[in-house]
Amino acid sequence: MATPTTGAIKARVRLGDRVFSSSTVFAGSLILVLLAAVAIFLIVQSIPAITAKAGTLPNAAPNFWVYVWPLVFGTVWAAAIALVIAIPISIGVALFISHYAPRKLSQGLGYVIDLLAAVPSVVFGLWGVLVLAKGIQPFFVWLNENLGWIPLFGGVVSGTGKTVLTVAIVLAVMVLPIMTAVCREIFLQTPVLHEEAALALGATRWEMIRVAVLPFARPGIISASMLGLGRALGETLAVAMVLSPAIVINFFLLTAQNPNTIAANIALQFPEASGVGINTLIASGLVLFVITFIVNAIARIAVNRRKAFSGAN
Amino acid sequence: MAVSTAAGPMPNALTTGRLPKGTIWMVLGGSWLLLGLVFGLVQMAGGTKQYNLVGALFLGTVLFDILVFVISYLVEGVRQARDRLATSLVTTAFIIALLPLVSLIYTVLLNGLGRMIQPSFFSQSMRNVLGAEGGAVHAIVGTLEITAVAALISVPIGLLTSIYLVEYGRGTLARVITFMVDVMTGIPSIVAGLFAYAFFVLVTGNVGYRSGLGGSIALAVLMIPVVVRSSEEMLKLVPNELREASYALGVPKWLTVVKIVIPTSIAGITTGVMLSIARVIGETAPLLIIAGLTDSVNYDLVHDRMMTLPVLVYTQYSNQGAHQSDFVNRAWAGALTLILIVMALNLVARLIARIFAPKLGR
Amino acid sequence: MNVNRRIVTRASSIAAIAIAATIVLSSCAANEAAPSTSGSAAPVSKLSGTLNGIGSSAQGAAQTAWIAGFQTSNPKVTINYDPQGSGAGRTNFISGAADFAGSDAALKDTEIATPSPLCKSGTKAIDLPVYISPIAIAYNVAGLKDLKLDAATIAGIFKGAITKWDDAAIKSLNSGATLPSAPITVVHRSDDSGTTQNFTDYLSANAPTVWDKPAAQTFPYAVGDAAKGTSGVADAVKGAANSIAYIDESGATGLGIAQLKVGDSFVKINAAGAADVVAKSPAATGRGTNDLAIAIDRKNTDKNAWPLVLVSYLIVCNTYDDAAKGSLVKAYASYVASAEGQAAAATQAGSSPLAKDLAAKVAAAIATIK
Repeated sequence: MATPTTGAIKARVRLGDRVFSSSTVFAGSLILVLLAAVAIFLIVQSIPAITAKAGTLPNAAPNFWVYVWPLVFGTVWAAAIALVIAIPISIGVALFISHYAPRKLSQGLGYVIDLLAAVPSVVFGLWGVLVLAKGIQPFFVWLNENLGWIPLFGGVVSGTGKTVLTVAIVLAVMVLPIMTAVCREIFLQTPVLHEEAALALGATRWEMIRVAVLPFARPGIISASMLGLGRALGETLAVAMVLSPAIVINFFLLTAQNPNTIAANIALQFPEASGVGINTLIASGLVLFVITFIVNAIARIAVNRRKAFSGAN
Repeated sequence: MAVSTAAGPMPNALTTGRLPKGTIWMVLGGSWLLLGLVFGLVQMAGGTKQYNLVGALFLGTVLFDILVFVISYLVEGVRQARDRLATSLVTTAFIIALLPLVSLIYTVLLNGLGRMIQPSFFSQSMRNVLGAEGGAVHAIVGTLEITAVAALISVPIGLLTSIYLVEYGRGTLARVITFMVDVMTGIPSIVAGLFAYAFFVLVTGNVGYRSGLGGSIALAVLMIPVVVRSSEEMLKLVPNELREASYALGVPKWLTVVKIVIPTSIAGITTGVMLSIARVIGETAPLLIIAGLTDSVNYDLVHDRMMTLPVLVYTQYSNQGAHQSDFVNRAWAGALTLILIVMALNLVARLIARIFAPKLGR
Repeated sequence: MNVNRRIVTRASSIAAIAIAATIVLSSCAANEAAPSTSGSAAPVSKLSGTLNGIGSSAQGAAQTAWIAGFQTSNPKVTINYDPQGSGAGRTNFISGAADFAGSDAALKDTEIATPSPLCKSGTKAIDLPVYISPIAIAYNVAGLKDLKLDAATIAGIFKGAITKWDDAAIKSLNSGATLPSAPITVVHRSDDSGTTQNFTDYLSANAPTVWDKPAAQTFPYAVGDAAKGTSGVADAVKGAANSIAYIDESGATGLGIAQLKVGDSFVKINAAGAADVVAKSPAATGRGTNDLAIAIDRKNTDKNAWPLVLVSYLIVCNTYDDAAKGSLVKAYASYVASAEGQAAAATQAGSSPLAKDLAAKVAAAIATIK
């Protein structure tokens, strides 16, 4: 049958399509506007601090960058330790729920882990101070005595256990549920055919996971880690309650003088701040913003490299 | 196949070179028992004052991991040994994750349950309360209202954005939005509160502005990126074959999204939304700034201060005065109530997801 | 299995409905009876309205007591106090965001110069000392009772110069006591606070050679563990053996409290001694009429005096732009400074009631509020 081929076929534009697609664009743009508003707020409020003269800043800092540098270090340091603890555990837990636990159990187990996400950060703070710090302090003493030659465990051990390692453990427990939940959902979405193919070729369960599940899930795992990192970097009250801060930069895990995090520092100093002090704290919030920006950019690049595994491209 | 020379029964071809069924559990029990004994001896020798159950369980599990690998390597060969090691490590991860959870839930229950089940906790606010009485009605009302409005704002925005990113978004705008959403996850909660406060001061011209609505805005700022990120991942995982099949049948794109893509991923999306609610319902710092605190019930989202449960927990803990136990008990009871509310919401969401989700193989 | 799941589902939805119902039903808080239905026995106050205060967390528990007492006798009034911190209190008061402030430090000169939009133009804000709390040196050492310390030793401990409990300096003050040969765990505040300000002020006045830093809201030395807030410090000390901290007396319940060498004798912590020190201290210089800011005399050596003390102020306008607000603030401040209000704070927050003559001065200043 001969068809008149005059140019490409033009699909009829449906009203529903147009409304729907423009509302999604609107929602996306709204996020940009919101973020721009937050950024403008932060930048405007930060200018007096960044341009402040020596003597007006807290902690007798000569300029803003000297003030904020130990906080930047502390923020990244605490979040990094937390992720080092949380990533393997959350992948393990997610795998356990999706591929190891008996079907009947797995849903209940997922629910149990989700419970952790329901615990408010103040309660993590209380638990961290009253239970974890107290309980783990003897272990810190032991670590310091026996492994003190490793620089990480050196220094004078804290008497209260309120160290950066305790904080990192609390942060790890806090980010576990969100990371586990995302990983779990992604593991469950692995194409069953891939898994069965691997098993049919004689792979053990672990080999099947390594060749079929993990590669498929890698972008999701990175995504989940970023969600966790976002929470760990920005966590405020739990850190403020658990950490024993000082204005230092060191890699000791067990001492009482720990580098503070930006968010916790804001929570601790904001109530008594006035004048340039308030601007300084908001400017440090801007710095945290930028840190997240950089971390996410790196993660994006990593995810984009593995895009080929996504189902929807 | 090796034929047994002994007088015993002929070994089954399918089970040679495999560990007998109960071995793994025996090894696990054995390692726990051994470490339990070691720690018991340490305690008796005066090394530690209290019996270190957590330490015994933890080290016992580590010992189990090592033993399983070694035994399996000797009997079954390296591939099976690796498989068993992976299994035991994954299980170990799960147990390690459970330890803090159990400890936390135990602490909250131990400290909070007794106070929470007293009738006054759900029948009174803190207005004019000085002693051990008083309750959290005002905070429960505030938390439910503020979180509901925050969810009403952020779920549509977040879901639509993720649909844009997965189904429509190409080119610069999509890339920029993806990146900005990532950046948004890094807004410290206290900055969100300061932002909401500055915004409302600008709009209303009232420097003393406090309201529940402001709290909702602050929470929405924190919630949106979580909703977008998790929904985006879930939508991406919907197989393209489903979309293509739908298009092939002449279904418009928007109906494909609404009827095929979203229902397929509804379980994941609901989990994501619940997680985002759980993430913000316990936020304290921004609400302290923008929603303020009060001892009385306030149903009005737009006017005056509104109490919330995390703020109640925080203030009861940090302003104890001379009668500490009254305040600390209320703090723990408030925390327990908050956890129970999120649990209830979670249950409801799971029911919804189960009703709408298509029946799949899993 | 299916039946089981259905039962579980049904049970959980019933549970959810039950929880929702409980919350909805209980939402009319039982203790918030409508004022109109309250008994006719007590004369119902004519005052009504809402006051919002922000400020010192040290005052937090006392404000709770005052608000409860005041709202009980004035059921149509609602007062909210947000214990964010003294700095936040003063900032918000000056910007007009708070009707009154609570502050551990009196208004600074620059803050007095910038009047609050709430105050009638031409009039100034005033500081009213209403909350006095002794600061305790609290310790957690097994078997050690009645620890005795002087300012120089305290300064040495908190500066990190004295690191062991059986140090010669501590031993010489505590002859006969068994001191462990353990390291001292110093706990101080991690947040800026009026408590730290008063503690460091005391040490720099009484042991200037050891404590070579000026008084400050931020703990000045990198020594020991830091904890957030009074309750955080209290929990840290309770949780760590051989620890010591400075803390508002109300937070030191269950801990040992050191005796302080004042003059030549050792004094036990006592409310009257703290109130006396404040009452006998000179007024701060350069203050307007009705402003009762106090420069605490840290070197008071009277019998039973406790100069390690924190004074917290109620900061209000002398004349409010809004007369109704003025009368509300006046009524509230009068209750706070009254014997009844001070007694309520003493039971609830462990503060020291104002000494009689100071209370009279405060009452006279409050009488001028419009």
